[in-house]
Amino acid sequence: MLNISGLEEGIVLDHIKAGMSTLVFESLGLEKLNTEVAIIRNAKSQKMGRKDIIKIAGGLDQVDLDILGYLDHNITVNIIKDSVIVEKRRLKLPARIYNVIKCKNPRCITSIERGIPQVFELADAENCTYRCIYCEEKYDR
Amino acid sequence: MQIRHFLSPSDLSEAELDRLLTLASDIEENPDAYAHVCDRKKLATLFYEPSTRTRLSFEAAMQNLGGTVIGFSDASQSSATKGESVSDTIRIISCYADICAMRHPKEGAPMVAAQKSRIPVINAGDGGHQHPTQTLTDLLTIRKLKGRLDHLTIGMCGDLKFGRTVHSLINAMIVYPGVSFVLISPKELRVPDYIRKNVLQDHGIPFEEVSNLEEALPKLDLLYMTRVQRERFFNEEEYIRMKDSYILDRKKMELAPQDMLVMHPLPRVNEISVDVDDDPRAVYFKQVQYGVYARMALIMTLLGLDPKSKLS
Repeated sequence: MLNISGLEEGIVLDHIKAGMSTLVFESLGLEKLNTEVAIIRNAKSQKMGRKDIIKIAGGLDQVDLDILGYLDHNITVNIIKDSVIVEKRRLKLPARIYNVIKCKNPRCITSIERGIPQVFELADAENCTYRCIYCEEKYDR
Repeated sequence: MQIRHFLSPSDLSEAELDRLLTLASDIEENPDAYAHVCDRKKLATLFYEPSTRTRLSFEAAMQNLGGTVIGFSDASQSSATKGESVSDTIRIISCYADICAMRHPKEGAPMVAAQKSRIPVINAGDGGHQHPTQTLTDLLTIRKLKGRLDHLTIGMCGDLKFGRTVHSLINAMIVYPGVSFVLISPKELRVPDYIRKNVLQDHGIPFEEVSNLEEALPKLDLLYMTRVQRERFFNEEEYIRMKDSYILDRKKMELAPQDMLVMHPLPRVNEISVDVDDDPRAVYFKQVQYGVYARMALIMTLLGLDPKSKLS
């Protein structure tokens, strides 16, 4: 079995769908961090069969939980202090997301206006549907 | 006073909307009393695409209130051709005018303007998205000519899929008790799923979707006609088969109740035969007149010039 050393202080993103860790890594901008980041892919999981895990050394402020919640609100965020899990944080779908996804509607003002944020609002939590606040077009993942 | 914008019909509460329609009715009955309420005020009409009817309606509305109008009627006359953003344009216009009406081909442009504006922004149509002053016009027409907005069976006919005026009117009418809809269109042009599910079904609004206008006519209190465009059909054969079904003529009007209203956002092409124009039930030209009163009431309300408005 592969052995990854434990974290003394940091965050473990657990229950990432197998194969999704690269997307999570990129969406959270983890490549910009100077701290240790470990990606474990295809780890065995009783619940999921296979899963990905990301371990990040350092504080929670390095991770945008809204982005993570949008990507997959079933991901578990474990907060580690002194090598033990002190908190398991459940994610929820954020009410609004800023500059995570881009409106695909060619008729939307965001397609031509410089310097405005891409903002989406949760329209239907049951179906994880987000709509652009400007043109109200549904975002198809 | 906090600046209020009018970007979508839902920007006004039911009470505010009711007050606005009452003000519009009062303007119609006592135009002289309102002839100077906007003295020394300026409306900027920022029309990035041509829409003569809507622009003239806004201009007439402001002039009827004693105000003046500046603006442009085409993007080619604006700094947009030099690459100026909507955000920059509105910051500049905020220095020149007291209120503005914006028509833009890009959806959400008036919202972007509102975020940077120091004056009220009215959405005068943004692409296929919203055209809320048309909705005010429609509501005022119905209230004036039917005497109520509740307990109505409303027929919507034609292109219900892409017709933004249809979607806005359905959204606006569902708050009134006893309203039901008969949605008359070819299968390809039925209302989008989100209108059917999120608006009609989720609010428990009775509605039926049919494809035959003649069968629907006898049960309607009002018929809202829209144009079925050739390019919306998947094939020419289907278009030819269906197009006449959605043309309202004098013969079909014989099937309609004597007090049914025929409305249309205009411009009309051939979906209402000209022989219907003289029928007293055909109110689409009156609708245009009500559009001016509705815009007058809106300008007054957003400028805080209606003493009874909660917005003031």
